[in-house]
Amino acid sequence: MSLVHKSATALLSEMQSGSVSSTEVCTAFLDQIDAHDEKIGAFLRVDRESVLAKAADVDSRRSAGGALGLLAGLPVAVKDLLCTKGQPTTCASKMLEEFVPTYDATVIEKLDSADAIVIGKTNMDEFAMGGSTENSALGQTKNPWDTSRVPGGSSGGAAACVAAKMAPLSLGSDTGGSIRQPASFCGVTGLKPTYGRVSRYGLVAFASSLDQIGPLASSVEDTALLLQAIAGSDERDATCAPNEVPEYTATVAKPLEGLKLGIVKEHFAEGLDSEVGDCVTAAIDVYKALGASVVDIELPHSKYGIATYYIIAPSEASGNLARYDGAHYGYRTSDTSPVEGEGPLVTMYRRSRSEALGPEVKRRIMLGTYALSAGYYDAYYVKALKVRRLIRQDYDAAFEKVDFLVGPVSPTAAFGIGELSDDPLSMYLGDLYTVTTNLAGVAGLSVPCGFTKSGLPVGLQLQARPFDEERLLRAGHMYQSATDWHTKTPTV
Amino acid sequence: MSIEFETIIGLEVHVQLATESKLFCRCSTKFGSPPNTQTCPVCTGSPGALPVMNRHAFDLSLKTAVALNCEIPKFTKWDRKQYYYPDLPKGYQISQFDLPMSQHGYLEISDSKDRFETKKVGITRAHLEEDAGKSMHDEAAGKADSRIDLNRTGTPLLEIVSEPDMRSPLEARAYLDELKLLLTYINVSDCNMQEGSLRVDANVNLHLQTDDGKVATPIVEVKNMNSFRAVERALAYEVDRQLAHWKKTGEKIGDVPKQTRGWDDSAEVTKAQRSKEESSDYRYFPDPDLVPITTTDEQVAKVRDSLCELPAALRSRLVKEQSITPYDAGVIVNQGRAVVDYFLEVAEGCGDGKQASNWVQRDVLKNLKENEQTIDQFGMSATSLAALVKSVKAGDLDNSRAGEVFEYMLANGKDVVASMAALGIEKVDDSALDDLCRELLAANPKVVADVQGGNQKAIGALIGQAKKKNPNVSPNDIRGKCLAMIAEMS
Repeated sequence: MSLVHKSATALLSEMQSGSVSSTEVCTAFLDQIDAHDEKIGAFLRVDRESVLAKAADVDSRRSAGGALGLLAGLPVAVKDLLCTKGQPTTCASKMLEEFVPTYDATVIEKLDSADAIVIGKTNMDEFAMGGSTENSALGQTKNPWDTSRVPGGSSGGAAACVAAKMAPLSLGSDTGGSIRQPASFCGVTGLKPTYGRVSRYGLVAFASSLDQIGPLASSVEDTALLLQAIAGSDERDATCAPNEVPEYTATVAKPLEGLKLGIVKEHFAEGLDSEVGDCVTAAIDVYKALGASVVDIELPHSKYGIATYYIIAPSEASGNLARYDGAHYGYRTSDTSPVEGEGPLVTMYRRSRSEALGPEVKRRIMLGTYALSAGYYDAYYVKALKVRRLIRQDYDAAFEKVDFLVGPVSPTAAFGIGELSDDPLSMYLGDLYTVTTNLAGVAGLSVPCGFTKSGLPVGLQLQARPFDEERLLRAGHMYQSATDWHTKTPTV
Repeated sequence: MSIEFETIIGLEVHVQLATESKLFCRCSTKFGSPPNTQTCPVCTGSPGALPVMNRHAFDLSLKTAVALNCEIPKFTKWDRKQYYYPDLPKGYQISQFDLPMSQHGYLEISDSKDRFETKKVGITRAHLEEDAGKSMHDEAAGKADSRIDLNRTGTPLLEIVSEPDMRSPLEARAYLDELKLLLTYINVSDCNMQEGSLRVDANVNLHLQTDDGKVATPIVEVKNMNSFRAVERALAYEVDRQLAHWKKTGEKIGDVPKQTRGWDDSAEVTKAQRSKEESSDYRYFPDPDLVPITTTDEQVAKVRDSLCELPAALRSRLVKEQSITPYDAGVIVNQGRAVVDYFLEVAEGCGDGKQASNWVQRDVLKNLKENEQTIDQFGMSATSLAALVKSVKAGDLDNSRAGEVFEYMLANGKDVVASMAALGIEKVDDSALDDLCRELLAANPKVVADVQGGNQKAIGALIGQAKKKNPNVSPNDIRGKCLAMIAEMS
């Protein structure tokens, strides 16, 4: 088996035993990127030299017998909205194409102290707005299983690079499904941790109350490894939880006894592709065979999930993205010609934003600006907050009865590039099963659970109580121990 | 045409809290550093950076709110106030909208010269927010460029909004004086207007009594006032202007949008300012990057118990316990707690509040002012001054030479006894005084005749002579004794 086909956990133990060096591991993945990324387009930037320099540093410290971090020598791909000091962080936007942060995100610091090596920055929908990576202003990422199809989004590059074996581990972010849906489309494992489990400091915000950084990998075991490295409190993020971080890697392989699963009725209703439905039903049968009991659960307010999400997320985004005005960061228009009846400052703002923000980003800024405007605020934003509370209550009630909610990640498998570009509403409906996880602030895991007839991966979603990642990962690992879907790789 | 009217004034005061670091990051709040040297990803709104509340800033605002007799809600939160301006790098200001950290308080104001009746000015609310940066427009040089300094961005500001309870520019001035004094006493701000630590906006209009009943003029917000005196003058100007404008146009509240006018200190007029285009809708919403703050009754009680004696209470205590006038109490309290403590030590040491007040105001404060010193730097302890006052009171030191002794004590750091000895001052006994007077009368028959003729003032001529013969004699004693002797002669 070539190095790139090995799991992160396996590579780590081989490096620890000395049978392989970090330089060899990194070189293998860099070569894989060189060979295939022109076709896939998962990465926006890869700096081979700096990766190999860091790998050599880890190798020399290892041979000197020094203490090394949890991920020592492992390459990790990073979604290009996590700030990396001195390295561009573009959010796949023309607006930030030239933006170089002056600081590292907390998760980047944590990777650094774990001696992981950032192998490159991955493509995404502009400012994480979208579900197909088609909204990237810097290139289209393709699905490694079928390059005519999207990899999902917004963490499309993050999922595609793991699927195409260009990185063993990858960091994405999930605001309404942006880790789980691309993981599902690309046939990899992805976790959206509980809100507050991972520090958001240095994550360029889309919707602050929903954004959460999480790991993508080839298996639940590897996912647990990366979560172990990035989870925990952070005094620089007031919304980051002080909760202790359990030993995910130590317990992930321990099966759970007496597992109780809830099937969300609403997630098997109209709109679900039958092939996806069949794969998910089969996966639930696997759990039954492993001794799980399964009951029907209602999330009565989940039908308002999309509407609620598309008020709250754009509202927050309209504020978060106000800073991109041409005055301080990134793009500023070069057109200084005066406009009749408009001050030069307003002209500069208008042109800079018009020229550098993409259509989906503009759409959401406008939606949010409208929802927060005087006279509409109560009818939209305040009402959405109330529904959000009800959705959380539905989840709380469900978790009184069951350990996890189980169902599909997305109503369909990966769709064709350009297929939904002119239909934002259909695109939004693709988030149907994932947005409520973020609205409720709970954890959600996506694991591969089969393929459609045309060979596209399908994902199974498990949702867990807040801060119950430890058991969620164990449940995911149980499934992967009984199945081999996660071991399938596309022929790139 | 004379018309009866009432002036209605409300004030919005922004106070910079005396914290070492900013409200949502750890950058220094120091004034006057080179531009953009006190910034970080958080206060420059760098993508991905997050605010974390400075607890000390909240504690200072809590202290202020309690001192202003405000109610402290159990729950308060942060909101984003959204507008575009280059000195606001995030495109929004973190402020408090519908659930401020305090509300419904009051501040009592009075005038020691009784020009208005003591009253409570309502405090609508006091809320915490972050300051914006500074824009410097290079208009003088004729350049199109503007420069932005973000050192001030994120500095904690407490916005204290009063009810429209003030009825004259004088009352507005008194409110500001009292507020500043209070803030200084509780040590939450240096209130330096030149450095922008305290900024005042005023809302003013008139309620006119016309034949058709009461009519209100449009409310005008006055900005750009750089001193309390400017506030007073701007408001006085605005009262005249609004009255004249109403007489000319009959414009009343609601007829025109609320106007903002800027005070031009050199021209001594207010001028209409262009209203901000976005000012109509700030699209406030709760800041999802920050967590709400809860405050318990116990916390509020603790703050209340830890408050020092506030200026108003201190003034009444001085009037009551030291028998000084409200005016004198005001002068002393205005100097700050350290001067009050000095005064109290002198008063208690010499047993005479009135005399202590005179000495502190006349000699100590004058001296401090001349030497640009604070009371801590003053070269005479309260105990020494008390001993001096005591000597005067006991008659050991004549008032006419007390000033000289004071100067000597201050210059040489000696106590009153040593200083008197050094100056050769000693009490003149009665027989020596009698001898001296007899001698003077004998040598000056014309003075005696003048006095006998009814010109008592003529005796003054003898005082100079007496002082020459013995510098220790008291002019009053000489005058009294000589007059008595002349009276006995006839």
